[in-house]
Amino acid sequence: MARAVTPQKKIMWTALAWAFGLTMFFPIMWAFLTSFKTEATAIADPPVWFFFDWTLENYIDVQARSNYPKALMNSIIIAVGSTLLGILIAVPAAWAMAFVPGKRTKDVLLWMLSTKMLPAVGVLYPLVLLAKYFDVMDSRILLVVVLMLINLPIIVWMLYTYFREIPVDILEAARMDGAGLKSEILYVLTPMALPGIASTILLNIILAWNEAFWTIILTTVNAAPLTAFIASFSAPEGLFYAKLSAASMMAIAPILVMGWFSQKQLVRGLTFGAVK
Amino acid sequence: MGRITLEKVQKKFGEVEVIPPLDLTIEDGEFVVFVGPSGCGKSTLLRLIAGLEDVTAGEIRIDSKPATDLPPAKRGLAMVFQSYALYPHMSVRKNIAFPMKMAGMSQAEQDARIKKAADALNLTDYLDRRPGQLSGGQRQRVAIGRAIVREPSAFLFDEPLSNLDAALRVGMRLEISELHNRLATTMVYVTHDQVEAMTMADKIVVLRAGHIEQVGTPLELYHTPRNIFVAGFIGSPKMNLISGAAAQKHDAQTIGIRPEHLDVVESGGTFVGRVGVSEHLGSDTFFHVHLSEMEEPMTVRAGGEVGLRHGDTIHLVPQADKIHRFDDKGLRIA
Repeated sequence: MARAVTPQKKIMWTALAWAFGLTMFFPIMWAFLTSFKTEATAIADPPVWFFFDWTLENYIDVQARSNYPKALMNSIIIAVGSTLLGILIAVPAAWAMAFVPGKRTKDVLLWMLSTKMLPAVGVLYPLVLLAKYFDVMDSRILLVVVLMLINLPIIVWMLYTYFREIPVDILEAARMDGAGLKSEILYVLTPMALPGIASTILLNIILAWNEAFWTIILTTVNAAPLTAFIASFSAPEGLFYAKLSAASMMAIAPILVMGWFSQKQLVRGLTFGAVK
Repeated sequence: MGRITLEKVQKKFGEVEVIPPLDLTIEDGEFVVFVGPSGCGKSTLLRLIAGLEDVTAGEIRIDSKPATDLPPAKRGLAMVFQSYALYPHMSVRKNIAFPMKMAGMSQAEQDARIKKAADALNLTDYLDRRPGQLSGGQRQRVAIGRAIVREPSAFLFDEPLSNLDAALRVGMRLEISELHNRLATTMVYVTHDQVEAMTMADKIVVLRAGHIEQVGTPLELYHTPRNIFVAGFIGSPKMNLISGAAAQKHDAQTIGIRPEHLDVVESGGTFVGRVGVSEHLGSDTFFHVHLSEMEEPMTVRAGGEVGLRHGDTIHLVPQADKIHRFDDKGLRIA
């Protein structure tokens, strides 16, 4: 028997879901509102909600004081670059672990994941020294490599899970049909795993886009992405909430829009394998 | 050409020996069926020939050329899988074209062969569909189409009909047999269904625990099974195996009598028992007869309808020249 849903229950659950959703969304909404206030209204106590003189002044100020297009370009290059580089390395790695597992494959997978539990600051010193040694501080290539390394365990894990869903029979059929390893991965495995690969790419672009620790520490001017761009508005002369909010809105807008359009793909990717 | 020779081929998974060293020759153009209960190593043996598994020791030759170390792609064999294993993201046309694409065949040649295969397998109307839009039987035909287009030196079938319903299975059985007659290419076919083995094979290889129990034509296995295992495995319903006093009369440890070689008589039968379950097929009736001297019921085939009911007493006489005798090791006594 299907579970009975009374109208009262339905209303209650809907209200609860909305309450939960709005709570999650509140900080973003607050930053959005603040970004249109003057600095004085932004710190007004009690807070002003919707009825203030909406102004674009902060956005104009932020534009004038810094180079948003450059930071945006850096963010795109670092996020997309590190994700694609990671995929390039992770596809063969996940293929090997999913289809020709060795005795220690499970251990390797767990070990890879365990590196994610290491506090990032623990490797700060060696990383900075290495970057200095190779003279790549404040360069996009450094950020691409570092963020790729940081997210690689997650990329490999996700791909591994998707690949495990692909019946081995089909890959064996490809081998019988005369496909070498390259053709097998290119014509059979990759197209079949494409939905999974797509959600892995999406999720990792978001992770890399939002990564703030390394991007702020390892950059100053040339490679500074949007995270550093936001941080720069919190520094020298004290906090300017309205400008900070405007900068934040500009920084998260692109990824928010991307997330909005790829929602379905993302949810499918994250729950893949759970219901099949 | 498609002569396949296995010499001392052995397969171990870790410490477990799945296939003890065995020799086998499959002649060019032969339809060979590997049959045996599940876990007997028949699929492993097929996968060793295919190259999907590596041999632990021994030599595999295809057309007298060493193939032991060749990857599957280089052995020139085609395989049809139980799960069909079609490429779900490709149309039927692309599925069939895939092996030719891998072989670098010209587009014109590919198109010609696809057309020929599609005509032969009734797939012309479905060429632009995806495998997901086809029925089980159609999928199996696409899998066969994909196998035939590259004209392999031998076809390997791994339980190809197990996923089909009974009616379709009989139809596909005929189609595969016809295909073999038409192409005259070597076919190696794995099944656990002895009816498939009997109806399709030129030569049957009966396997148990990796050992070859007997190799022969279907009728050789039916008439002269080498041991009790083969006797019990080949033939449907199963051969009745009787030991004890009845067997000693024939100087044997065990005797075997097929259900079709027992005659029902009015009185004075060699075996007298009580009718248990009867299965009425119209053309035949199978009686399960309970004898006082045996635990297992004896199966008897009677032609047409015989007026016997549950609980009736039945007298049975075996046809004297159709009794199989086995010694204490289970081997046939000639």
